[in-house]
Amino acid sequence: MVEFTAVIGFGSLLAGFLGALTGLGGGVVIVPMLTLLFGVDIRYAIGAALVSVIATSSGAAAAYVRDGYSNIRVGMFLEIATTIGALSGAALALYLKASVIAIIFGVVLLYSAWASYRHQEHAMDVQPPDRIATWLRMDSAYPTANGLKQYHVRGVPLGFGIMYIAGVLSGLLGIGSGAVKVLAMDQAMKLPFKVSTTTSNFMIGVTAAASAGIYLSRGYIDPALAMPVMLGVLVGSLGGARLLAGAKVTTLRLVFSAVIGLLAVEMIYNGFAGKF
Amino acid sequence: MGNEPETPKKADVGKGHMGKGHMDASTDKRVDQLMGLLLRTGVLLAAAIVAIGGAVFVARHAEPVGSYRVFQGEPVQYRTLPGIVREAASFNGRGLIQLGLLLLIATPVARVAFSAGAFAYERDWVYVAVSLFVLAVLAYSLGSGHG
Repeated sequence: MVEFTAVIGFGSLLAGFLGALTGLGGGVVIVPMLTLLFGVDIRYAIGAALVSVIATSSGAAAAYVRDGYSNIRVGMFLEIATTIGALSGAALALYLKASVIAIIFGVVLLYSAWASYRHQEHAMDVQPPDRIATWLRMDSAYPTANGLKQYHVRGVPLGFGIMYIAGVLSGLLGIGSGAVKVLAMDQAMKLPFKVSTTTSNFMIGVTAAASAGIYLSRGYIDPALAMPVMLGVLVGSLGGARLLAGAKVTTLRLVFSAVIGLLAVEMIYNGFAGKF
Repeated sequence: MGNEPETPKKADVGKGHMGKGHMDASTDKRVDQLMGLLLRTGVLLAAAIVAIGGAVFVARHAEPVGSYRVFQGEPVQYRTLPGIVREAASFNGRGLIQLGLLLLIATPVARVAFSAGAFAYERDWVYVAVSLFVLAVLAYSLGSGHG
């Protein structure tokens, strides 16, 4: 048992470390690692990934919230969409075959890798105020190198809709679906990129908790497997975040995106070949 | 996505929020700090309990327990709140791990409850309603299997 725990723990540490470095999050690497490398059933893998997602996102959110990046009102409002989505996703997981879930996972993984590779902090135009966002008091300010910068929020209905999909994917696949959350806030709602990523992080824990309760009661969360995964990812992502603060990691990010892409293709292939 | 590089500049942050949506910068700042503390404490406490449970479990089981290749589902004592509490109370390794994981799941839930209280303190009733709605969805999810 010691070897098993150590091997899974070390793999999770690496996954958490690379997940933090690339901004993809550790959870998204855990499922392909456990299923493809260790032959773990995808349901156990999803259960273990889900708890590691709660751990890392809550840990990171603690710092971002304290430093005033996250937009709490935007996050709270959109959590209506993500939690309901997560319930739908967890319910949907009962009706889909493991191979279908694996294929969807592969596609989402490909999109995440592509999004993290492509993303650029676009120049922020000042947006005009929006009626719904103003009523919901979403407009705020965030710290930049030149002091606090005001911003307006737009596209609330579209953002809300995309967030529902992010919730479904999170509940179905056991991931934070941060890439889709950022798409909703960065692209649809025109939030500054830094606010989008930190608010996404803030929301991931609540979204994952909504489906984790269901997975726990369904018996998907195995203690002996979840223990090394959760601890490994947590420690690894703390280390990765620390390194990010100082180092230039463009090459590593590129290499890791490529690895993620390969894993995604393998998951899709295995799904079609019926190996799950 | 999510974890972004830069370390925040504390000096800039000291000014707090001054967005239109915010009633009082210093109140918001204090609320943010308390929320950060709540999240951090929850995660660290959960991780500590999981680690203790893991140590107990690994010490008592030399050989791997079961296989993960075929999905069987967890036995009932590891999937309901009363079962998990009972197992953890008798210092069972897996019971302790599940208790830690339950605490971890409860951490964001506690954060939403805290938000509801903070918005009520700011008399922002729209967001009190939003927070309570999210809390209800979470309660439904957590209660769904534990009958």
